[in-house]
Amino acid sequence: MSSKRVDVAANAAAFIDKDDIHEPFHDEHLWAARMKRDAAARAVPEWEALRDLASQIKAHTLTHLDHYLELFEANATRHGAKVYWARDAAEHNQHVLDILSSRNINSVIKSKSMLQEECNMTAFLETRGITVTESDLGERIQQLDNQPPSHIVMPAIHKTAGDIAEIFAKAIGTDPNNADPQYLTEAMRQDARQRFLKAGAGMTGANFAIAETGSFVVCTNEGNADIGASVPPVHIASIGIEKLLPKVQDLGIFIRLLSRSALGTLATQYTSHFTGPRNGGELHIILTDNGRSKRLGLPDFWHSLKCIRCGACMNTCPVYRRSGGLAYGATYSGPIGIILDPTFDESKYSELPYHSTLCGSCTEVCPVKIDISDQILKWRKVMAEKKYLPISRRLAFGAAGKVFEHPGLFHGAETAASAAMKITPHFLLYNRSLNPWGRHRELPHFAKQTFREWYLQYKQPDKEPSPKEL
Amino acid sequence: MKVALFIPCYIDAIYPEAGIATHELLERFGVEVVYPLNQTCCGQPMANEGDNANSAAAEQLFVENFKGFDYIVGPAGSCVKHVRQHFDAIPQTEAVTQVRNNTWELVEFLHDVLGVSAFPWAYFRYKASLHNSCSSIRGLHIAQPSEHMGPYFNKSEKLLQMVEGLELVQLDRPDECCGFGGTFCVTDEAVSARMGLDRIHDYLRHEAEFIISPDMSCLMHQQGIARKAGMHLKFIHIAQVLNGGPF
Amino acid sequence: MNLNPRDQVMEAVRSNLPSEKVAYPETPAFAKTITVMLPAFEERIREAGATLYKPASLAAAQALLEEQYGDASVICSATPDLKGNLDIHSIKNPHDLADVDVGIIRARFGVAENGMVWLTQEDLVVNSLGFLSQHLVILLQPTELVADMYDAYMRVFLDDTAYGCFMMGPSATADIGAVLVHGAQGARSLSVYLV
Repeated sequence: MSSKRVDVAANAAAFIDKDDIHEPFHDEHLWAARMKRDAAARAVPEWEALRDLASQIKAHTLTHLDHYLELFEANATRHGAKVYWARDAAEHNQHVLDILSSRNINSVIKSKSMLQEECNMTAFLETRGITVTESDLGERIQQLDNQPPSHIVMPAIHKTAGDIAEIFAKAIGTDPNNADPQYLTEAMRQDARQRFLKAGAGMTGANFAIAETGSFVVCTNEGNADIGASVPPVHIASIGIEKLLPKVQDLGIFIRLLSRSALGTLATQYTSHFTGPRNGGELHIILTDNGRSKRLGLPDFWHSLKCIRCGACMNTCPVYRRSGGLAYGATYSGPIGIILDPTFDESKYSELPYHSTLCGSCTEVCPVKIDISDQILKWRKVMAEKKYLPISRRLAFGAAGKVFEHPGLFHGAETAASAAMKITPHFLLYNRSLNPWGRHRELPHFAKQTFREWYLQYKQPDKEPSPKEL
Repeated sequence: MKVALFIPCYIDAIYPEAGIATHELLERFGVEVVYPLNQTCCGQPMANEGDNANSAAAEQLFVENFKGFDYIVGPAGSCVKHVRQHFDAIPQTEAVTQVRNNTWELVEFLHDVLGVSAFPWAYFRYKASLHNSCSSIRGLHIAQPSEHMGPYFNKSEKLLQMVEGLELVQLDRPDECCGFGGTFCVTDEAVSARMGLDRIHDYLRHEAEFIISPDMSCLMHQQGIARKAGMHLKFIHIAQVLNGGPF
Repeated sequence: MNLNPRDQVMEAVRSNLPSEKVAYPETPAFAKTITVMLPAFEERIREAGATLYKPASLAAAQALLEEQYGDASVICSATPDLKGNLDIHSIKNPHDLADVDVGIIRARFGVAENGMVWLTQEDLVVNSLGFLSQHLVILLQPTELVADMYDAYMRVFLDDTAYGCFMMGPSATADIGAVLVHGAQGARSLSVYLV
């Protein structure tokens, strides 16, 4: 994997500059999801109490994670599932390959799993001769376009129906001029069903794993995970170790929060509970760490493990909505991506924490109350301390810091208009050229008299400022 | 009551009238206003970059200037939020903690501390829109964020409703971030400008003539965009409206 | 010490556990927002894209089925209450349900809060019936309703069934152009017979 630094600002600019359609469409539809979420949340009188409870249950589970992992493993095994452990992506993928190879399976269907994305599993399997078909429509669109998902729950939301018509025309022979969502969805249904029926295994992720019964829960709107779990003889589930909840009754809280937060719907169309293999089937569960235990040990950042992958922070994020998810160049985009991605590669994702206005809306929508916005700021401190900041940016702050440290320097620079242009937009510009401000904005006009000069003239007319005060 | 006035650097240089209005407004309520002359910057721009080394000196100087005052009031949500919530580049001595606890944003000071109930001198016969900054809303809780399901409140709106003649228009996205975000506005110019432009279109759709804010930094960015795009919108600090000028 | 991946993950978790231990919270009994359950259930399941019918008896339901799906060639019922033309108990392989036009299942109970119905492996007999059928008919006793998800999980016993699904409507997607389309992968339509 390349660790070239992702230039998220440039990628976002490209998304905006592409045309007049994609960015406004993206912003509008995700904002609509946020509005639906608000309405759904408002209809639950105990909404804020539920967020508190969910956050506490997750914090409890994570601070006793060893216990709950053992409990989950014991109960899943008792119910006949085979449980595997993977320290990282490579071990995860190898487990999958071993299960498939030993059964001569060369074709799988998979529903959406962010963990499998993290592990880059599809590419791994395909280079070893196994055909992988995404069964979620959005994921399938992205797969056919050779792109990762751009959003956790709406993988292809950065594409218009017209874009998808073009992709389907090439991939499955639909009419390139017919962008009717009904037509395109039906065409993919027909194409996908044959693949479903031929697949030797169905793969899923898990939204929640329940320690007390060894069950896990998968939520979809299409029923695609259930097809994968009910048709092929083998079901393989990839579960991150942070997905655990202690009890079945916890689901009452989390299922109420999940889809309302994600899409503003009361629940997903299918909320499926798997406890051991189905009649006549096999169930394999791969409990995967892949950096989670390390994250658990980071005092400033372990709360990010509470995330239930609803995508609400992405929908509300004004920056994400204008950027498109692919701009982040990572498995996770948007606010949650900013705080998760650097745990995988600090250098590659060192610019991500700056791709935020710190407006704080993400923290307020998060159903498990992760302090996302504060963590973004904390990641900036990590990036600054470890000198990941581009050098021009670091030097600029050195200069600004010096000016603000010395009142004489500051006020001297400030009163002379030409110097003020160098210093005052320093609050905005530091030593960059004025162009980034001026491309879409007029420069502010500088006042003839500063507040301080006014104060000295009118409010302290008797008092001559001492040289020290200047 | 004695108040130390905290005038952030960009208000000092670019929007002194907001500082003047704040000063006059506080005096109208019988407050003794002191302006420590050696103040520069609270350190927020550097801290927001994660640059603690360079924000420490500014934070230290801020404490030197403002220690010992019972109330420190600034007409700028994001700067006050920095002092109150993120002012941690320097050791948290008693003086530092006291300064942090005693620092108020103007609207919350008027609303919570002075408990203001009228602005008899204020008159503003325009359709206007309120832009509470994100720092003020989610950092200082001067208004209920739209995504939070608690009871509705909006302190700056409540104050503006006391101003005769003023008609506040509602927006499609009442508290959407304008895209200023400090250094974000230059390092992420394209997104920042798009957010600002979208915000301005929201004002125009609702026929606002004036945009009123407790945070001039957001308005500086929005004003720059509106001017460049040739849109006739006027941007003004809430202190000027509540004080009846200077305009 | 040579640990296997399991012990290595457990060891990594243990050595990274936050020093602060958070207690499991007390869950209060929230006031019920839904007191009259049937109308709420009806409204919600319609919103989720299902169609609701209220046949007076099982015989009326059978007649309704024939009226609704008169031209279906394969109807498979997992409940003795309604008859189709494919015997679910004769199915050995889930793939054999690929050509089912209409699948019929009796749900255990419904949830008024959101219109979900609870189906288990035992109700489906062969799980793929719920997902390969082009159309689904779900039978539900109108008295078998709980108010909300808290109550719903009091009636769910995961230890007793390998598979259980809260189904809320037909398969749905909005992945193309953010437009809602039913019948993405699972059932194209879902009819609930309250009987």
